[in-house]
Amino acid sequence: MSEIVKTVSRIFAPLIIIFGIYITLHGHLTPGGGFAGGIIIAGAVILLVLAYGGGIERLTREKTTTSRLESSGILLFWFVAVLGLVIGGIFFLNIMGKGVPFAIFSAGIIPVCNIAIAIEVGGAISTILLALVLFEKDEK
Amino acid sequence: MILGAILAIWVPNLMAAVISMGIVGYSLALSFMFLGAPDLAIVQIIVETMSLVILIAAIIKTTEQDTPDEKKLSRVVLYMGSTVFFVVFLLMSIKIFHLLPAFGNPVLRMSSDYIASGFEKTGAPNLVAAVILNLRGYDTLGEVTVLFAAVVGLMVVLRKTGRKK
Repeated sequence: MSEIVKTVSRIFAPLIIIFGIYITLHGHLTPGGGFAGGIIIAGAVILLVLAYGGGIERLTREKTTTSRLESSGILLFWFVAVLGLVIGGIFFLNIMGKGVPFAIFSAGIIPVCNIAIAIEVGGAISTILLALVLFEKDEK
Repeated sequence: MILGAILAIWVPNLMAAVISMGIVGYSLALSFMFLGAPDLAIVQIIVETMSLVILIAAIIKTTEQDTPDEKKLSRVVLYMGSTVFFVVFLLMSIKIFHLLPAFGNPVLRMSSDYIASGFEKTGAPNLVAAVILNLRGYDTLGEVTVLFAAVVGLMVVLRKTGRKK
């Protein structure tokens, strides 16, 4: 890719990731939530892969990283659900308080679930894209 | 959106067909915005962009010609059969349309209970997040697990080692 594309994507990728984190954290206040934030973060990864490309070893290392991120995201979600079982006796119990409305740390278990879903969805979509790119590169 | 879908079928060039599918997707995101569902609109726009990127990359990699036309008779039979089927389906379903409740006034009782008491029960102003993560958390748990299983399946199919040549 040309220099302009590389420079612009290098500037924009952190902004896109910050925007995705913002949408995830405010998921219980504004529209969006975990799913939208997760795929915005995956969009930043896709932008970097499209602009810079890369060899097979580097893409394989990145795919390992994103697949581990995805697995830890879903582990966090299930951990929160089992934590409800351990502490309260009911599976997926809301163990955190409701808090002050319209604050960031409020609405019980919802922000934690949003963060877990964002990590999981971001890692999943990035892994899918990297697997497709590696498949196409391996075919040559 | 309907125009984009019809264009996607009838246009002979493959790249133009993919762009028409992009028209369908973005119009769907606009429809979500008009129907008051911004969460869906955000996800739809980004997923549509990613799908377009992947489809166009796939088209550029495999630039093969379109398949040649089949015999004229089979195409005529196909078009007429599908038109007849479509007309019959439409006529039969007009009777059922009267039984559906009016647009915007569903008959579900539990959802009106959710709308009335969702904020007090969960403490989240965004009712969509309150429903999908607190009142209906099991469904979200299942959906996230299904997405994970789909990605694992994809990685198994697209691997290099263990593949028979």
